[in-house]
Amino acid sequence: MRRLILFPVIMALSLAGVAAASAAASEADFAAALAAAETAHEEAGTLKNQWTTTAQTLAAARQAAAGRDFDKAVVLARQAEALAKASIYQAKEQDEAWKAAVIH
Amino acid sequence: MLRKIVLAIAATWLSAVQPVLPADAVSVDADFKAFRDYFTKRFPNVPLNDFVNGPYSMDVELRKQWEAKEEFPPYEFALEQGKDMFATPFKNGKSYADCFPNQGIGIRQDYPYFDEKAGKVITLELALNLCREANGEQPYSYLRDEMAALTAYMAYTSRGKPFNIKVPNDPRALAAYENGMKYFYQRRGQLNFSCASCHVQSPGQRIRTEVLAPALGILAAMPIYRSEWGGMGTISRRFTTCNTQVRGVPLEPQDDLYRDVEYFLSYMSNGLPIAGPGARP
Repeated sequence: MRRLILFPVIMALSLAGVAAASAAASEADFAAALAAAETAHEEAGTLKNQWTTTAQTLAAARQAAAGRDFDKAVVLARQAEALAKASIYQAKEQDEAWKAAVIH
Repeated sequence: MLRKIVLAIAATWLSAVQPVLPADAVSVDADFKAFRDYFTKRFPNVPLNDFVNGPYSMDVELRKQWEAKEEFPPYEFALEQGKDMFATPFKNGKSYADCFPNQGIGIRQDYPYFDEKAGKVITLELALNLCREANGEQPYSYLRDEMAALTAYMAYTSRGKPFNIKVPNDPRALAAYENGMKYFYQRRGQLNFSCASCHVQSPGQRIRTEVLAPALGILAAMPIYRSEWGGMGTISRRFTTCNTQVRGVPLEPQDDLYRDVEYFLSYMSNGLPIAGPGARP
């Protein structure tokens, strides 16, 4: 039960951090945010547990950066990182938690 | 409270991914019995062999529509195409019949099986492409019509034959079975659903307009014509679509884990009749 509660809490805290991102971001800020998001997404890939929403948010971040809207691009990249970290958490938590769901 | 949350996060982050301990022959038998008992006790009015009809075993009105549809089944074109493809020789003069026991007729119920030489699970879809490659042909996409047509024909020649999946007392086979079971029960995707969330915990209930099928017998009618897809779909297509629907990035078709989950689910359906090709809403 604690795990079920913890999962949305982590999502909420992560996304709250995203919302607090400062304005007037630069291209360098975006590059750093994108790299962090891509690293987390790749880690989720090694766990075979990527989310489609992470990939979509990463694509939207790149599109915003291509349009030179770095404020939006940074926010989206940080959202993607939060989603990727949640997918990593899910994979690691489910590595054991699945046993509780097995029919006995 | 916050400290507890932080510690819990840290503990989870630090824990490495645990390898699955191999099952043993005893636990495989116990799993089978528990799985069968769960569905038969939960749905006491559904005859055992009727579970292979998926949502139609759960919903009377849906069943009536399906029975009417079966007079001119939507998979008929695929079936004819598959029969022609199966009979057409490769460029080297050999054919699919040369790759399979009993010339490939009436054998669907034996797939997937664990190949002790290759050390992995071989599904019918994989076996068909291995056959093609061994005879100098390009493999087919696991998600497209050609593979669906071929497996439709092979399933049709096996209709009524009971699933006969074996898990040999080989640590590699037992590990594949266990990995398949793990994948089936693990939650994934942003929606945090497992295969079991729909097909164990919620069969007979609706997600939007769809009636969820029970996991027992769920692969017996594959491949299927799905009205939602407007065409035929293989087991590979079904698995990748399920992952996408819960907002998970699907694995490559015929990934080890997909073959393992097919192995687990097919073993759980041992004794139930092949009913493919099927039609679903």
